[in-house]
Amino acid sequence: MESLAMGDYGAYVWSCFGLTLIVMVLSDWRARARHRRVYRDIEVRIKALGERE
Amino acid sequence: MWTFFHKLASPPHFYRLAAILIPWLAIPGLLLIAYGTYNGLFVAPEDYQQGDAFRIIYVHVPTAYLSMMAYMFMAVGGGIGLIWRMKLAHAVGAAVAPLGAAFTFLALLTGSIWGRPMWGTWWEWGDPRLTSQLILLFLYFGYMALRSAIDDTAKADKASAVLALVGVVNVVIVHYSVEWWSSLHQGQTLLKKGGPAMDPAMLYPLLAMILGFTLLFGALLARRVRTEVLFRERRSRWVRELVLAPIGGR
Repeated sequence: MESLAMGDYGAYVWSCFGLTLIVMVLSDWRARARHRRVYRDIEVRIKALGERE
Repeated sequence: MWTFFHKLASPPHFYRLAAILIPWLAIPGLLLIAYGTYNGLFVAPEDYQQGDAFRIIYVHVPTAYLSMMAYMFMAVGGGIGLIWRMKLAHAVGAAVAPLGAAFTFLALLTGSIWGRPMWGTWWEWGDPRLTSQLILLFLYFGYMALRSAIDDTAKADKASAVLALVGVVNVVIVHYSVEWWSSLHQGQTLLKKGGPAMDPAMLYPLLAMILGFTLLFGALLARRVRTEVLFRERRSRWVRELVLAPIGGR
């Protein structure tokens, strides 16, 4: 518990590490989601073109 | 060498290469961050002046360094795109901007949280390092806003590249602000003449965090550039073949 308290600076230290983790996870999640969306849109467009042809 | 660069700049080649590179960057990056976090939080001794609050540097320093590095990627990408008309260079610029903004936001946030117990304030407007870092965040926002305001990709590439190049001045100011002006922010620690002014027990986890975050940044950037390339090349033959391939080429 002592090492978690960080000598009265626990709130500052842990919030910095926690916020960094959240932003990193969100960055990765957003990048993956955008890739999936772009890929799916291209897939739909190409299949629609193929059916029309 | 030029053949290598030409091959690297080819969108289909880069798209495939980046997919291979991502795990090779992300896994060592995450391992280094795990090592740096554990040692920085629980093994490194507390600072004689700042106590345990100094441990914030293990996330603040890497994010602050990457906030500037990302901007340099954006500017160099813009410059190469303008001079050699390399499509991939503009794609790198477009892909790196949101990442750079995220790192700049984190650097400002963690710096502000550290400033509260150390300086007694969350923010100091008169401080050159803090203000120039905030301007860096606005430059990222401006770059992204400019890109999204122009529908024509080629025109958006040119306009945003010029903005990125002009903004390099601010990166120089951010870096040297603690030397040029009187600042609340401490001076150089790692790049100090005569070597880093830190105990090895504190230094090694910090170096691991810097390298780990850099590798993770590389992995995130590679993922974002792949998407950008895919979007820009959506009408090309290789993308059609990729999507129609029986195994799929995500």
